[in-house]
Amino acid sequence: MKFSVKAWSKGRARVGILQLPGLPVSIETPCLLLSTRKGLPHFLSPDLLSSLPSPDSHLLQVSPLHFLEGLSTKTISNIGGLHQMLALQDYGFSAVPRDSIVCLPESDASNKMGASFETPCGRFLIKPVEYMKMTSSLGPNWWVSLSDEVPAWVSEKRNKTSVDRTVRWLDECIMSSQTDGAVFGAIVGGCSVEERKRCAAEVMKHDVSGYWIGGFGLGENIDERPALLDAILDIVPEEKPRQVCGLELPEEILQGVAAGIDIFDSTYIYQLTVGGFALTFPIDNRKTHAISHYQLCDIGSDLTKINLRAVVYRKDDSPIVDECGCYTCQNHSKAYLNHLLNVHEMLAQILLEIHNTHHYLGFFRSIREAIKSGEFLEFHRDSTVNEPRLNKPSLKASFHHRPRRRLPPSAVPPPESPSFNSNQVENGGG
Amino acid sequence: PSFMALRFEILGRFNRARAAQLTLPHYVCQTPLFMPVGTQGTIKGLTTPQLEEIGCQIILGNTYHLELRPTSELIDEFGGLHKFINWPRAMLTDSGGFQMVSLLHLADITEKGVTFQSPVDGNPMLLTPEESIEIQNRIGADIIMALDDVVRTTTIGPRVEEAMYRTLRWIDRCIAAHKRPNKQNLFGIVQGGLDPVLRDICVKGLVERNLPGYAIGGLAGGESKDSFWRVVAQCAAALPEDKPRYVMGVGYPLDIVVCSALGADMYDCVYPTRTARFGTALVPEGVLKLKNRAMADDTRPIDPTCICMVCKNYTRAYIHCLVTKDAMGSQLVSYHNLYYMMKLSRDLHSSIIEGRLPEFVCGFLQIMFPKGDVPEWVCNAMEAAGIDISPCLRSPPSSPVTTKQSLI
Ligand SMILES: [Zn+2]
Ligand SMILES: [Zn+2]
Repeated sequence: MKFSVKAWSKGRARVGILQLPGLPVSIETPCLLLSTRKGLPHFLSPDLLSSLPSPDSHLLQVSPLHFLEGLSTKTISNIGGLHQMLALQDYGFSAVPRDSIVCLPESDASNKMGASFETPCGRFLIKPVEYMKMTSSLGPNWWVSLSDEVPAWVSEKRNKTSVDRTVRWLDECIMSSQTDGAVFGAIVGGCSVEERKRCAAEVMKHDVSGYWIGGFGLGENIDERPALLDAILDIVPEEKPRQVCGLELPEEILQGVAAGIDIFDSTYIYQLTVGGFALTFPIDNRKTHAISHYQLCDIGSDLTKINLRAVVYRKDDSPIVDECGCYTCQNHSKAYLNHLLNVHEMLAQILLEIHNTHHYLGFFRSIREAIKSGEFLEFHRDSTVNEPRLNKPSLKASFHHRPRRRLPPSAVPPPESPSFNSNQVENGGG
Repeated sequence: PSFMALRFEILGRFNRARAAQLTLPHYVCQTPLFMPVGTQGTIKGLTTPQLEEIGCQIILGNTYHLELRPTSELIDEFGGLHKFINWPRAMLTDSGGFQMVSLLHLADITEKGVTFQSPVDGNPMLLTPEESIEIQNRIGADIIMALDDVVRTTTIGPRVEEAMYRTLRWIDRCIAAHKRPNKQNLFGIVQGGLDPVLRDICVKGLVERNLPGYAIGGLAGGESKDSFWRVVAQCAAALPEDKPRYVMGVGYPLDIVVCSALGADMYDCVYPTRTARFGTALVPEGVLKLKNRAMADDTRPIDPTCICMVCKNYTRAYIHCLVTKDAMGSQLVSYHNLYYMMKLSRDLHSSIIEGRLPEFVCGFLQIMFPKGDVPEWVCNAMEAAGIDISPCLRSPPSSPVTTKQSLI
């Protein structure tokens, strides 16, 4: 993996170039890793994935834990690893232990041997060696070391332990790695600036290609983040890429970019999609946009997104976003999406994932352009996504209350496999 | 009615079988053809470009479901179902009657129509032949179906006769109610249960009305396979040569091959997509249950002879870990299964045109029944169709196999 910083804005925001062996194109950062279920975006088969902007859509996140049950590491190796198994040879994969959707760290059950995760197949304690066995069979372009992530409210002692374990596991992961994918060292440390610094300093002693910052989105106050991010990004070398997990919403992305993050590992598109939401905020906020989509009766909508389940869209024959070039907006109306959501048809999620991914990738492109033109501070300041929410059922509930999934109260459907029970209505001609 | 919104040109025949070009307002189709079922304005889990890529020519919408949501009024406001769902090719809607009878409690058929309890508020409702056609006119499919009096195929006695005569009386009400005969084709449905005399009366009655096409209804509902093919054979032989023949609710690949040999042209069934959601793939050998543990280590594609997007890209092992757990499993297997059905339709079409239907049927049966144990009803049907399948009835010589195995 090659990474170089190409442009800086005033402040820490930066544009970089990421080159991955085997990938014909290089990818500019700040960028988004698309969240996947077993390597494919949740509802997008590869033919649909290829309709998304290229190369922006060519980075995918994969959780090796998804293959705990179902496929043996031997079979995955026989098939030829991730790229071959998913028929996505031109794509870059980043292996991260958790997926932030159905595969989440369960810090109470983690111990010195390994990290514990709640997964659809039950609770698993994963040891570094096992994690690396799975990861090595998958052969991702880069992988993140196993970490002991803890939520914000744990004791100082527990937080220290998590840093100690995470650093030790990095050693163990590197030692047992059988893959030539690049290593990203995990940095944790919860809400303690000191522990964050200590963890970063320890990880820097290892031969890593980049850094992964975990432990966010786990109950910390959003205002604490800049100091925590700064503590890390002040000391890690500039020339290596920085990936973050847990910064997901548009305003959180801006916060991360402002702090100097390059790669975002986010499940926001999935959360929106299964909730029936579509992103509508102006991607390029230097254009003045009338906020036309906002409707009071449209529950769950705000300045960034609309809830397509809302009755107001029943007869709306316009696309989600008029000027959007995605397949969904070019071919389908809000009314059709509203109908598909009403009757629990899977095509709703397919079309929404296409639009939301397209839209979010566009947002990242605008961020890069703003950095390159030296105007990121203005872009950040003026962005619509910072404006106070009117209806605030935020997509983020506190970690205490969830912790399985984050859905707004207005989102009705079960998040996993919406409309995927086999006894749905489908009837023949008679 | 002198209006007709279709052209049916037979391009080739083999005894009773025919391959034709069916020109509909929205698409020029090749028959025999299979129509996937898109109950609520979508084929589950597939986009329109994917359906086109797979080769779908006509998709089916269910009037009963569409009338509930989003309603035919709304579809009409959008300029019809084609525009609402953005499907450029042909469509067919059913009458809604069968859905009511099969899905709703307390559905009852009287001379006026089908009475049923509203699933929305529980109030008694009535679907008359006139209303069914009005709704279908608003939906705007290329082919619409007459409201018929459906009885279970296993029903016997005077009820079957009553239903058949009522179907004939209702066809006139349907024809009279049909407001768009130059844009939409009204198909009549042959009823009459398993009684050849009743079926014959029904066919004659419908043919007198000179409809653009005819369907054979009341089958695929639990009757014996032998009764099934005999009804298809009888009706297909009695229906006019120059009109399309549609066997409703069929089906399985084997049924489609048999019915096509007997002279049928069109089919619809939820089977390929429904079975996909349970993790079952259609393959030349029959079915492949991808949930089976043995699939976890199988690095072959679903069907090594298939060139669909799924088989070109994915192993059985990978799909095994998706099916019945992740939406993607059902998306990928549905894609393959529909591709399989479309390929079967295309193969039937070309083998009829090229005069090699018996070879195609034999090849098909040989792979599905490698031991030569072709079911009796298929043998009987093929005899009636004038297709010699004796080459695939021979059991493969067993001694060479044992020799080979002992060598290993
Ligand atoms: Zn769009
Ligand atoms: Zn296939």
